[in-house]
Amino acid sequence: METKNIMIVGVGGQGSLLASKLLGRLFLSRGYDIKVSEVHGMSQRGGSVVTYVRFGDKVYSPIIDKGEADFILSFELLEAARWTEYLKPGGKIVTNTQQINPMPVITGAAQYPEGLVEEMQAAGIDVDAFDALSLAEQAGSAKAVNIVLLGRLSKGFDFSPEDWDRAIELSVPPKFLELNRRAFALGRES
Amino acid sequence: MKTLMLGNEAMARGLYEAGCTVVSSYPGTPSTEITEFAAKYPEIYAEWAPNEKVAMETAFGASLAGRRSFCGMKHVGLNVAADPLFTISYTGVNAGMIIGVADDAGMHSSQNEQDSRHYARAAKVPMLEPADSAEALQFTKLAYEISEKFDTPVIIKMCTRVAHSQSLVEPAERQEPAPVPYEKRPQKYIMMPGNAKLRHPVVEERLEALRAYAETTPCNRWEKGESSDIGIITHSTSYQYVKEVCGDKYPVLKLGMAYPMPDKLLKDFAATVRLLVVVEELDGFIEEHCRSLGLALCGKDYFSPIGELSQNIVAEKLGLPTKPGVKLDTPIPARPPVMCAGCPHRGLFYTLAKQKLTVIGDIGCYTLGAVPPLGAIDAVVCMGASISGLHGFNKAEGAPDGKAVAVIGDSTFMHSGMTGLVNIAYNASNSTVIILDNSITGMTGHQQNPTTGYNLKGDPASKVDLEALCKAIGIRRVRVVDPYDLKQCDQVIKEEVAAEEASVIISRRPCALLKYVKHQPPLHVDADACRSCKACMKIGCPAISMKDGKAAIDNTLCTGCGVCEQLCAFGALQASKEG
Repeated sequence: METKNIMIVGVGGQGSLLASKLLGRLFLSRGYDIKVSEVHGMSQRGGSVVTYVRFGDKVYSPIIDKGEADFILSFELLEAARWTEYLKPGGKIVTNTQQINPMPVITGAAQYPEGLVEEMQAAGIDVDAFDALSLAEQAGSAKAVNIVLLGRLSKGFDFSPEDWDRAIELSVPPKFLELNRRAFALGRES
Repeated sequence: MKTLMLGNEAMARGLYEAGCTVVSSYPGTPSTEITEFAAKYPEIYAEWAPNEKVAMETAFGASLAGRRSFCGMKHVGLNVAADPLFTISYTGVNAGMIIGVADDAGMHSSQNEQDSRHYARAAKVPMLEPADSAEALQFTKLAYEISEKFDTPVIIKMCTRVAHSQSLVEPAERQEPAPVPYEKRPQKYIMMPGNAKLRHPVVEERLEALRAYAETTPCNRWEKGESSDIGIITHSTSYQYVKEVCGDKYPVLKLGMAYPMPDKLLKDFAATVRLLVVVEELDGFIEEHCRSLGLALCGKDYFSPIGELSQNIVAEKLGLPTKPGVKLDTPIPARPPVMCAGCPHRGLFYTLAKQKLTVIGDIGCYTLGAVPPLGAIDAVVCMGASISGLHGFNKAEGAPDGKAVAVIGDSTFMHSGMTGLVNIAYNASNSTVIILDNSITGMTGHQQNPTTGYNLKGDPASKVDLEALCKAIGIRRVRVVDPYDLKQCDQVIKEEVAAEEASVIISRRPCALLKYVKHQPPLHVDADACRSCKACMKIGCPAISMKDGKAAIDNTLCTGCGVCEQLCAFGALQASKEG
């Protein structure tokens, strides 16, 4: 199988590492070669962060380059717009509509652009934008936003719900399992 | 069974499987997790040393005692440990010794982009360079064999994309070799001139033997290609980019042993291809060597020595097409890293900016005090340079009325700040040093250090008393402030800068991200009281923004630290009543 590329983008501290861990477990269970690249250190402090997840028969590069991502899974709207160049023609952006102001916007040096979803659509990008935060809260915790997003992303893959469920089970603490199952279902079915 | 591991975790697994017994390191992105994962194996004694030089000397001592040892650090840490490195090259080892160093091309979390391969050549020690997690594990085990066979420390060079990428590895059982009995061998281990003169020829002979070994080592791999129009010599992640782009089209010589290089293999490979291309990240290290062998090639004239490579860069330089996606017309505001909401450094830097002091900074999260709107730092060079830099600045009368200070974190102070403070006391400069004591090594992800009272394994440990230490060094004026208390900070900094002698201010409050730190309920805004003056925006807190012309608090981020409350002249920012 040709290598598939998923970029997970967001703001440092939003929980993208759990999402990449879960995807890694899922692809491992299906017998694929995998590479997952993470960002540690200073960039994690509220900055723009990106995680690359790649799987296929044989994966060489640990990173995803411009024009290569089959999916961009975004935890924040501005971050989805920042990385569009990395999307492959025919690829898809799945994004939370939550907006978190970056420091230049907070200090008034820049504006948070309006109409980003419309602009992406106008540029011919397939965008699935939805309020994952509300669904996470509905599931029981705002922190489950990563699992809601994965639930939505799961619609783009052929893996069975059982495969996803096993990966969730292996990735979250048992006491949060039911909450995360609800979050995943809400993301997948919404 | 195959499992997914971070490169750093795989290296720790390699240490475990090879029977490594002693690990001493100083944290530094992207090397930190090697030691954190090693510490999880009960068979391995693992510690955080105060700096990389201490770590390397500790690993040497353990090797001398007959146990396989390891020290880990980031690229700039190897500069700190260069002193022991060059002489341990002379003494050689007793049991195997590995130095793990992680470069940071692209400077994701570093102050420079140095290429550590030069150290291997300069110190005349072998260096291995894994390209993924599986190799990180295998090469670590092999490195101990090389170390013991050739009586040399071995450097394993990681980089961000190997250290912080997960890929598949196949773990095996631990095999712990019997300790090598320690024997007193003064001519080998006492490096005074008479003995060192005898050791240098041994080092040169060893290098010749390693050159011969490099011709056949399993680390170097010649992969056949379909076309001999181009032949590519590459290493580390650059190999992955080359394979991603070219597949099996062109022959590839992958050098897993960065130093010494296999002259015959390089020449033989070059002889079979029409155009020789060297694809390497950062400096033209392989290129220079190939040129010294008289080989014609394309290298740094195509591939920049600046920043990381990628598959698109490799494709472009080889004349292959790339297809970037759509870039939006709307400018997307940057999202640089920021000090966290509730960060204890914020109040302190606000005060320094307000007093318009010249601030010589240091390495840590608090370097973010340099970015707008705080913009409170004037210079940052390396670990410890704040204190010694300030001393020089003041000796040269760089600031009117002596209005300059140094700021340094607790861990950085232990690393190499102390010696600078000794210089201030001993050579009497009227300098004010501010130690930002947040009770943890913050930026690298919460590592313990000698000031925190806990060790790497989380057990209670001896705790350095910073006040007593500064006094013992000879600083008579030592004050402690709470950085959440702006008035106190302002007052104390003014007094100490004005004082006619050296002083230390300890700004003490634990990192807001520490699990044991209890946050207050988020503040709320009395919109009627808010006059839209934006005074609260001057501290660059990510939890505060302006909405519809009034200050607004993000409840999910605010820790209730109350710093903004002290800035509001109209009482619009208020502590929650239910708190």
